[in-house]
Amino acid sequence: MTIDELINHTGEWLKGTGPQSHIVMSSRVRLARNVERIPFPAKASKKELVEIIKIAKEAFDASEYFKDAMFLKINEMDTLDQQFLIERHLMSHDHAATSEGRAILVSKEEVLSIMVNEEDHLRIQVMQSGSQLAETWKIINMIDDILSNKIPYAYDASWGYLTACPTNTGTGIRGSVMLHLPALVMTKQINKVLEAIAKLSFTSRGFYGEGTQATGNFFQISNQVSLGHSEEDVLQNMNGLVGQIVEQEEQARQALLLQNRSILEDKICRSHGILKNAHIISSQETVDLLSMVRLGIDVGVIKDIKKQTINELFIMIQPAHLQKLERKKLNTLERDVKRASVIRSKLGL
Amino acid sequence: MICDVCKKKKASVHLTEIVDGKMAEMHICEDCARERSVQMEQQFGLADLLAGLSDFGKQIKTEDKVKLQCANCGLGYDDFRKFGRLGCSECYNAFRTHLASLLKKIHGSNQHLGKHPVGRVTPPSAAAKKEAKAVKEAKEDSLQELKNQLQQAVLSERFEQAAILRDKIRILEKKEKAV
Repeated sequence: MTIDELINHTGEWLKGTGPQSHIVMSSRVRLARNVERIPFPAKASKKELVEIIKIAKEAFDASEYFKDAMFLKINEMDTLDQQFLIERHLMSHDHAATSEGRAILVSKEEVLSIMVNEEDHLRIQVMQSGSQLAETWKIINMIDDILSNKIPYAYDASWGYLTACPTNTGTGIRGSVMLHLPALVMTKQINKVLEAIAKLSFTSRGFYGEGTQATGNFFQISNQVSLGHSEEDVLQNMNGLVGQIVEQEEQARQALLLQNRSILEDKICRSHGILKNAHIISSQETVDLLSMVRLGIDVGVIKDIKKQTINELFIMIQPAHLQKLERKKLNTLERDVKRASVIRSKLGL
Repeated sequence: MICDVCKKKKASVHLTEIVDGKMAEMHICEDCARERSVQMEQQFGLADLLAGLSDFGKQIKTEDKVKLQCANCGLGYDDFRKFGRLGCSECYNAFRTHLASLLKKIHGSNQHLGKHPVGRVTPPSAAAKKEAKAVKEAKEDSLQELKNQLQQAVLSERFEQAAILRDKIRILEKKEKAV
């Protein structure tokens, strides 16, 4: 499998299926793991980084599970391909930024990705569509067990898995759920929700990852604490929180439909209209309009578009994706033109 | 007055920054100020936060600084304080006592309750038990308790009380030294 083959389909997690997928876009769990004694990537020599890649590669090769996955060295990829993997939520910005001695494994359906030599030797990530933290944990737990048979993990009886940053020590787990909360934003209740999340030791950030502003009314919620609770407990707590936020969003949607139905329908249908007809469009405008159309599908105002189509567009309209589709470098205006054309063809069907 | 950053809107926020001992004044509009405060939060990163947490109220003796180093990767404890990242798995042993309280501050616990690698069991081993006991004792220790109170006082901006606590801690530390 090659990166170019990925462009023709999108990840499993964008299917728009799974529990509560009208509000929960996706669930993600990542585990931070390291090899005993060998310095963590930031402190490791070039030789040691290569050694880690070798250990990881041997573990991947030893299991049937990784047979169809692709394994890539970051410094052998061009920057467009690196950006492409970042846009697909398979890789972090940091991983691309320090490309020397770094690698990544990506499974065929993009359910699994493993960054080798990011902040930790291994950053294992599994993504699923909808609210499926428990299912996601099952998958990643199994993968982690497979790897721990081959890799001498850094582990301490009292402190669990040892990581480069003490905020990850213990389970090394971070569960994240991507929520689409347009009604809470429109009814101006979102800040209250975000404050409550912060109080419960969870963090929130935007759709396009760490340090980004929440765009398109997407909010990603993650746990912060990794020591002193079992993985199941951490994820179960999160699940409870997610359930409550989903309920709030549902109520807000109902209230909007009851009190401001025509205003809401107007907003949704105008957004749809612009997306279907624009010939030049920025990514910010696109994301805001897509958010409204997604809401329109979920509340039954728009009936002839699949949610998966909209989910996929959130990924496809990013710069590296547009350039891979066009097979050449595009400047800002060219991208805005290409973006509009991709959207028109996707929504025109 | 016009905003120094966007040069468009009216400046309503007036900042005084001291960088490398030089004072600079800035006048910016509300929008730019909001953006700036986000940037500042990011600059005041995790490393600072961790460094702040790891030794709060503790005066590291110079000889301690020299001594505390990981034999496996060579990372010094002061490097960890500066960057907030450990160098290798063995650092956890080298800085064990310091990390025990830091982990507790970050996570509210320093006992792993999650899974373990296949083939390696996690019995509540003698080492773990001993450690749990040591941590408990440290907490009960009045000096530590005072330091915790001091931290709480500073965090909640009760500075008068903080000053009283600080003086108490100094006296206790002097006594300990004398012993």
